[in-house]
Amino acid sequence: MKTGLAIALMLILLVGCDQQNKRTLPKLGNRPLVERVVDGKTIVDTVDHQVADFAFRNQDSTLITEKTVAGKIYLADFFFTSCFTICPKVKKNMKRIYDKYQGSPDLLILSHSIDYRYDTVGRLAWYADKFNIKSDNWHLLTGSYDELLRMSYQYLLTAKEDDEAPGGFDHSGSIALIDRQRHIRGMYDGTDTASVNQLMLDIELLLQE
Amino acid sequence: MKKSIVFLVLISSFFGVALSCNDGTKTYREGAILYETHCESCHMADGTGLEALYPPLAQSDMLRVMGATTACAIVNGMEGKIIVNGVEYDNKMLPIKGLSTVEVTNIINYINHAWGNENQFVPLQAVQKALEDCSPQK
Repeated sequence: MKTGLAIALMLILLVGCDQQNKRTLPKLGNRPLVERVVDGKTIVDTVDHQVADFAFRNQDSTLITEKTVAGKIYLADFFFTSCFTICPKVKKNMKRIYDKYQGSPDLLILSHSIDYRYDTVGRLAWYADKFNIKSDNWHLLTGSYDELLRMSYQYLLTAKEDDEAPGGFDHSGSIALIDRQRHIRGMYDGTDTASVNQLMLDIELLLQE
Repeated sequence: MKKSIVFLVLISSFFGVALSCNDGTKTYREGAILYETHCESCHMADGTGLEALYPPLAQSDMLRVMGATTACAIVNGMEGKIIVNGVEYDNKMLPIKGLSTVEVTNIINYINHAWGNENQFVPLQAVQKALEDCSPQK
């Protein structure tokens, strides 16, 4: 009788552990309403926020679009090369992720420069060289201000011109984690080592999805 | 009389011990706080900088020979190519505004002795002199 109880308890514990291992990441962002026709009736439903299509140039002047990230997990963030506030720290933390996944076809990093005037393709190429990163996994992106602003909303990241801010741009130090279907699955503080450690764990989780 | 001499010896040895306990972390505390506020974003908490974008201050051959002229870099910023530990850096360092000469001195002495650095101690007078010689910057 007692043995049976003990075995039952152990089973419950095991099941409990198993459920913990199957932690899934939420899908973030506004869920827009859509109308669908089901069995001849029009119903209103919500869908998950999916990052919109985009087109930017990277440090090699290559066109980078939603096709570049199709079926891949990627990180998105905003920065600028002459930023002396939080950017260097965020980049140092992101470099740890780059070093771990360098050469992997499954994980990309898209760092958008909000300084659309100064950070030309040439300036981004200089930065990539000095930062010692390659465009196989890490794209430094530039485009029109409107396009950058539009995509910052898509990624739920702050990035805008602001004369009051140091360097002339106001932007968050957050990193967005995007899954293979372009859903936002997490937001992390790029200046915080612990938060970036969590991001690295969550990347592993997404890679197994 | 004898008692007071013994007392004096005891007191002075106490202060001697207290002074010898006064390690870098205490002496350069203000410098450390100022470093965190003004320098850490680029040169990092461990003084290692960032790749070939921001030069290291820890074990930096350039910092070792700069002495009091480090004050010029802090107050006026830096521009143009420099070579630190064999790596070429070509980035712009913005001037740090609003620091007093004492604060600049404290930053220099903090970075000169942090992260295992064993660079020279730079006195306030030397920093004053250096700042007179390097300014105004072109």
